[in-house]
Amino acid sequence: MRHLLSTADLTREQAVRILDVAEDMADVATREVKKLPTLRGRTVVNLFFEDSTRTRISFEAAAKRLSADVINFSAKGSSVSKGESLKDTAQTLAAIGADGVVIRHSASGAPAVLAANAWIDAPVVNAGDGTHEHPTQALLDAFTIRRRLHGAGARGRSLDGVRVVIVGDILHSRVARSNVWLLATLGAEVRLVAPATLLPLGVRDWPVEVDLHLDDALTTNPDVVMMLRIQGERMRDAFFPSAREYAREYGLDEERLGRLRADTMVMHPGPMNRGLEISAAAADSARSVVLDQVANGVSIRMAVLYLLLSGAEEGIA
Amino acid sequence: MSVLVRGATLPDGTRTDLRIEDGRVAEPGGSADRVIDADGLRLLPGLVDLHTHLREPGFEQSETVLTGTRAAAAGGFTAVFAMANTSPVADTAGVVEQVQALGDQHGYATVRPIGAVTVGLAGEQLSEIGAMASSRARVTVFSDDGKCVHDALLMRRALEYVSTFDGVIAQHAQEPRLTEGAQMNDGPLAARLGLGGWPAVAEESIIARDVLLAEHVGARLHICHVSTAGSVEVLRWAKSRGIDVTAEVTPHHLLLTEQLAESYDARYKVNPPLRRDEDVLALREALADGTIDIVATDHAPHPVEAKEAPWDEAAFGMVGLESALSVVQAAMVDTGLLDWSGVARTMSLEPARIGRLTGYDEPFAVGARANLTLVDPSATRTFGTEHLAGRSVNSPYLGRTLPGRIVATIHDGYPTVLDGEVLPADQVALAAGVRRG
Repeated sequence: MRHLLSTADLTREQAVRILDVAEDMADVATREVKKLPTLRGRTVVNLFFEDSTRTRISFEAAAKRLSADVINFSAKGSSVSKGESLKDTAQTLAAIGADGVVIRHSASGAPAVLAANAWIDAPVVNAGDGTHEHPTQALLDAFTIRRRLHGAGARGRSLDGVRVVIVGDILHSRVARSNVWLLATLGAEVRLVAPATLLPLGVRDWPVEVDLHLDDALTTNPDVVMMLRIQGERMRDAFFPSAREYAREYGLDEERLGRLRADTMVMHPGPMNRGLEISAAAADSARSVVLDQVANGVSIRMAVLYLLLSGAEEGIA
Repeated sequence: MSVLVRGATLPDGTRTDLRIEDGRVAEPGGSADRVIDADGLRLLPGLVDLHTHLREPGFEQSETVLTGTRAAAAGGFTAVFAMANTSPVADTAGVVEQVQALGDQHGYATVRPIGAVTVGLAGEQLSEIGAMASSRARVTVFSDDGKCVHDALLMRRALEYVSTFDGVIAQHAQEPRLTEGAQMNDGPLAARLGLGGWPAVAEESIIARDVLLAEHVGARLHICHVSTAGSVEVLRWAKSRGIDVTAEVTPHHLLLTEQLAESYDARYKVNPPLRRDEDVLALREALADGTIDIVATDHAPHPVEAKEAPWDEAAFGMVGLESALSVVQAAMVDTGLLDWSGVARTMSLEPARIGRLTGYDEPFAVGARANLTLVDPSATRTFGTEHLAGRSVNSPYLGRTLPGRIVATIHDGYPTVLDGEVLPADQVALAAGVRRG
C-alpha cells in the first residue's frame, strides 16, 4: 500500500503490523531522547484545508520524532483562501520536494483525488476527509484498546471478540466509518448507537449491530464505549429536537457510567462537549482513556509515516 | 448542391437511394454533385436534442453556440434546444433572439432557444413567456433547468400560462430541501463514501405533484432527465390516466451507475446523479415501452478546472452530444430493447414533436427538409477527446469502448459531417447562408 486513504483498504495483517510498529514507536517515547533518525532529510507536508490543531500537532510531533522536516500548510491566510486549487497546491508541494503529504480536507475523497492524480508523486496520508474517513484516528483507537487489554503482551494480537459500542452522530462521523471498517477487520464486535436520523442509509449492511437506544446497548456488557462529538447545530437541521433531549437519550451521564464495568474503557476522539455527549464525571473517570488516545496518536502516526516513507519496507506490508 | 446517398438502410430496414436537392429530399434519379456510399450504413432522421447547454451568452469558456452546435453535428444532431441558464438568463426576447441568430449564422444545427420559466431562474416571478413565444425565436419550450420550479402555485400558473401559446414546461424535478448539499445518489454507497445524498424521492415527489397539476389544469408537461425507477412508475401511472406528460432520459442514465463515484473522479458527477443498476434497467425498459418518450443529452460542458477538483467542489454535468447515439446503441439497440425505428422515434421524431419543431415528421418523404444522419453501427471505437468537437472534454466515456460512428450529418440539405469528419466552420456557415438566401 502506497497511501493510507481508508481503513477499508487494510488487511488484518497490515493493520496488526501498523499497531505493532506503533508499539515500537511508543517505546521511543519513554526514552530520554525521544527521537529516531529514520526520516532524516525527508520532508513531510501537513496540508490542512480544514482547521484541526490537535490532529496537525500530532502529525507534526510524529514526523519530528522521526527526524523529518515538517512544513505546515494551512489553508487559512494562504494562497488556497485566494482560490488556488488542490491541483496547484499539490504541484507546488511537488516542486518544493515533499516526500509525503498528510492531508485534511472538508471534501470527502480529496485525499483519494490527490493520490489518483499525477500532480504529486508522494505517499498520501488521509488525516480526515469530510464525512468519509479518518484512518489514523481509528488506528490509534484500536491501538489504545489493544494496549489497555494486553499491556506489554499486545504485539501481534488482534481485537477478536472485543465488544465496542460507538455512540452518536454516525451519519456525519468519519471517525465512526474508519473505526467500523478497522475494528471489524481486527475481529471486534461493533455496535453503533444513534437516533434514526443520525444513522447512515444501509448501515444494517455494515459489519455491525445497530441500536437505537443507548440504554439497550449498555446491557451488552461492552468492553469499550466510544462517545462521538455531537455538533449542537445539527438540531437546526432537524436531526434531533434539542441538545438537552440528545444528552438525555444519548449522553454518557454519571448514572449510565455507573452501569459500566470498572474496566470498561470510555473513549472520545475529542474535542469533547462536556455535558452534552459526555459528562465531566465520565470524561475524568478512571475508565476514561481519552488522554491515552492523544498520546497514542503520536505513536500511530509515527508508525504510518515510517511505513509509508522510510523505504525500509514495501509500504505497509 | 445535390447529394446522392446510395444504398442506405432506413430505420425500418428497407434499402434505398436518397437524393437531396436544394435542401430537400428529391425524386430519385437525376444527377448528383456528390455521392455518398452508404452500403451497410443506417440512415436516420437528423437527431434532435431537446436538452442542450450551449453556455452562450455568459459561459463561453465552457461552450459557445458555435462549438456546441459543432459537437451536435459530430453526434449526428441537426437540431438542438438550448437551455436557458445562460448569463444573462434567457428570460427575455432579446436573449433568445440572439441565441437563435448565432445558431442560424453558424449553421451546424438548428438552434431552438428554451426560455426561462421564471425571471433569472429565481423561481419567484414568471418571465416574459409571451414575448419569447412571439419573438423571432418563437420559443415553445420553457424551463428553469438546473433549478426546479418548486413553488407549487407558480408551477400551476406556468403550466396554465404556457398553454396559451401551445408551449410546454420542461421541469427539472428536484425538491430543493431534500437535496441540500446533495452530491450523488442517496443510499448505502453515498453513506460509505461520505458524500451528500440526492434521494430518488426528491425527483419522484415533484413528478407526482406536477403530473397531478398538469391533469388539474389540462396542460402539457415535460419532465427532464428522469433518473429513477420510481419516477418511471409515476409516469406510467400518469400516462395510464391520460395525463399529457412526456419525459426524457439521458444517455448516461441509460448506461452508467453510481458505482463510478467510488473513484471520487468528478467526471461522473452529474445532476440528477447516476443511480443504481435497477434504475438503469427500469429506464431502459421505460424508453423501450414508451413510458419515457425521448432521449435528451443534457450536454453540460465545463472547463477542465471545474472537474479537476475534490468531488464536493466540482461542477455537475457531462458533455453528451458527441457520444449520445453510441451510448443509446450500446444500452438499447445492441441489447435488443430498441430497433433503429425506435431510435429514430426517441431521438428525432418525438423530441421534434414535443418541441413543436416542424419538418421532422416524415424525414424521408420527397419534399421534406433534408435533415439526415448516416451512422455505421458496425464500427467500434475507444472513445477519446479526438471524438469530441465542442470546447469542453468532460465526457464520462473517455477510454471506454463504444459502438457506432457517425459517418455523415446533413443539416437542411447541406453536409456538416462527411466521412466522419466535422466540416470546417466557414464552409458550413457559407452553405447555411446560401440556404437562407
